[in-house]
Amino acid sequence: MIKEFRLPDLGEGLTESEIVAWKVAVGDTVTLNQIIAEVETAKAVVELPSPFAGVVAALHEQPGTVVEVGKPIVSFEIEGDDGAGGSAPAAETAKREPNLVGYGAVLEASGRPARRARTFPSTAAAPAAAPVTAAPAAAAPVTAAPAPAVERAGSSVSEAVAKPAAPPAERPRSTPPVRKLAKDLGVDLEAVTGTGERGLITRDDVRNFVGGGDLPAAAQELAGAQVLGGPQVQPVGPAGGVRETRIPIKGVRKFTAAAMVASAFTAPHVTEFLTIDVTPTMELLGRLKDSRAFAGYKLTPLTLVSKAVLIALRNHPTLNARWDEANQEIVQFNYVNLGIAAATPRGLTVPNIKDADRMSLRELSSALTELTGTARAGKTSPEGLSGGTISITNIGVFGIDAGTPILNPGEAAILALGAVRKMPWEYQDEVALRQVMTLSLSFDHRLVDGEQGSRFLQDLGTMLADPGMVLAMV
Amino acid sequence: MLTDDAGKGGIAAGGPRNSEDSTRRTGGDLVQLITPAGERISHPEFDPWIQDVSDEQLGSLYEDMVVIRRIDAEATALQRQGELALWPPLLGQEASQIGSARALREDDFVFPSYRDNGVGYCRGVKVEDLVRAWRGSASSGWDPYTVNVATQQIIIGSQSLHATGYAMGIQNDGADCVAVAYFGDGATSEGDVNEAMVFAASFQVPVVFFCQNNHWAISEPVRVQSHIQLADRAAGFGIPSMRVDGNDVLAVMAATRIALDRARRGGGPTFIEAVTYRMGPHTTADDPTRYRDANELEDWAAKDPIARLKSLLDRKGLLTADLEAAVAAKADAVAAELRAGTINMPDPEPLDIFKHVYSTPNSWLDRQQDHYSRYLASFGDPAEAASEEGAR
Repeated sequence: MIKEFRLPDLGEGLTESEIVAWKVAVGDTVTLNQIIAEVETAKAVVELPSPFAGVVAALHEQPGTVVEVGKPIVSFEIEGDDGAGGSAPAAETAKREPNLVGYGAVLEASGRPARRARTFPSTAAAPAAAPVTAAPAAAAPVTAAPAPAVERAGSSVSEAVAKPAAPPAERPRSTPPVRKLAKDLGVDLEAVTGTGERGLITRDDVRNFVGGGDLPAAAQELAGAQVLGGPQVQPVGPAGGVRETRIPIKGVRKFTAAAMVASAFTAPHVTEFLTIDVTPTMELLGRLKDSRAFAGYKLTPLTLVSKAVLIALRNHPTLNARWDEANQEIVQFNYVNLGIAAATPRGLTVPNIKDADRMSLRELSSALTELTGTARAGKTSPEGLSGGTISITNIGVFGIDAGTPILNPGEAAILALGAVRKMPWEYQDEVALRQVMTLSLSFDHRLVDGEQGSRFLQDLGTMLADPGMVLAMV
Repeated sequence: MLTDDAGKGGIAAGGPRNSEDSTRRTGGDLVQLITPAGERISHPEFDPWIQDVSDEQLGSLYEDMVVIRRIDAEATALQRQGELALWPPLLGQEASQIGSARALREDDFVFPSYRDNGVGYCRGVKVEDLVRAWRGSASSGWDPYTVNVATQQIIIGSQSLHATGYAMGIQNDGADCVAVAYFGDGATSEGDVNEAMVFAASFQVPVVFFCQNNHWAISEPVRVQSHIQLADRAAGFGIPSMRVDGNDVLAVMAATRIALDRARRGGGPTFIEAVTYRMGPHTTADDPTRYRDANELEDWAAKDPIARLKSLLDRKGLLTADLEAAVAAKADAVAAELRAGTINMPDPEPLDIFKHVYSTPNSWLDRQQDHYSRYLASFGDPAEAASEEGAR
């Protein structure tokens, strides 16, 4: 006969485990307690001993798959019926479903305990202490008008409840919020097919029912009223009474979230701001754009700030470094892979320019153009995303002045570029309209002190306020 | 099992006398009678306490240790097969548990922790009763008064208070039996154990604090918990202590007999630190490789308690094929008994939860039971109930 082995809860309240490797193959003869698989739970990697002696008939799950507790993972062909042999679980009449800790009550057929309708005991059966109040018949619950008609005439309540003429079907399964949604939309839940667990009607089922054209009268009226009611204030979200949209967390969003959390809660962030008059840099940018040497190159404030960052790093290598917790070392990079935060259709990515410190301004310009183009097309390779040593995020393109950027995990610093604005500013002891920009620098305070971060930012500001100062720095 | 007189505290009345001065020691060097290589070394202070252990008894100590290791392995497998919710392995601590338990008299009372399943076995707890609570089938696997072993404590160290209280009772009764509290190194950091030792010393009650220092309180190494030997902590309470090799079954037995003898003669409490090692995880829900150095495990594997006794038997020419076959057969039989008893164990009835709360009737609990039974009665046959629900 065939015996199944279902994945047990291997560690006090686990709901799933991953099959790491099978130690047996189909057709193998195994002995009792022979190790058949290696399984990884959230707590440990453990070996699974075979609960039977027999021949492996089937392996139901591949290595690498995460299996829910209670799912069959392997079947064995066992000799004989194995009744009193002692190696088989007693009887399989009632499958026990694991809950958070161990096993819960044996489930009834309906999937939840079927509670018998309350019967009102006669006075004799009532506990002595319970005060006998009004006659039960008078206190009987008033049934809602549209409820299935059940004869309640005469006799005692308990009798009427106990034996209905024709048992109507159980009310479709749903949850209170879904019933509320259905009520708001005028949807009769009896008409909706549930797709949730054990036929549970979900929000989507109700919405799909409405969207499916079978708009009930009430909902149609509601829709009509909105159309006829003159100018309407458009709601934020899509129409149709949907008040919230649930988007699965996956892909870049999931990755971004994990990276942000990892960074924010491991590296102690410090952010410093410096607002500078970048008019000379903007003038330089204009001259470069007009020069023949840069014909065909796309030059932006980001290009020049990137170059300034690369120059400033030569004197401040501590910002181009990584905290290696595992090895208890600070890794100082003798090269710069310059990360540029890019808003792409898939979300935020931070591709980097490899060995940006060895590039001329023209090479850097081309690399930036290529990098943003590739990122926006969603074609950045995994390699292009890894190995960054310091990053720049250009929030100025959104018209934003300053922010407190979160470090790209593993990097020691990130610079946010604010928008270049014409503002009244002190210029040669007078107030003049100048082009002003704010730099926001976040750094990992574990390996960069305030002094080092400040001096780096100061040097950056000096170069952008007066590009000629580069001559004094390199 | 209690296969010989040694298991019934046979020497208790006839132990060396006038040894009070020399045995009223505190901590000190680790006492060892069998080296890891299986060599029997002499110790003038401890040797007299195990002189009576015959070759045959040595063999039966070996059998007990092999059997409880097998029980432990089988229970671990049963947990991995979904038959037990949890299991706390005792692998590596066999000599500590057997050596101490075999020194007890039947009327002594044991207050064990969750890991002392070897002690339970040695006291006569049925093997399936050892796992009853771990399967979730009962709050306690056995009736404490039939085997004089209390319910295993999950709460760390609280059984030391129970043991001290029981010992105060023995004192009031004027009896000469002893209460023994089993706990681990981590428990010595708990308030309960410290309070128990204060009371035990104050009243000079017949209790033995048997501490299995297995080096790990879940993931916390003992060196973090104490800057002195655990045995030396006892001095602060005015309690004499011994520090013995917990992987040496004879050293453990000798130390336990010394402590029991003192308690029986009105000498008050004793603290024993059995220095051993938890070779497995804290429980089946734990992964020791995440916090423990593999080299440490290797070092202790070389001091294995069963291999050590096996070598000693071999040196003495006692390790016969017959003995090995008998021991293996016994281990197989006990493992099979445990497996069959576990998987055929009936689920408890819902109302069983009320059964062992109080030993005498309690109106408050009776009312709860009455409410609960009527609540349960409200769940009828599913089909019938569904139709009734529709009718409502």
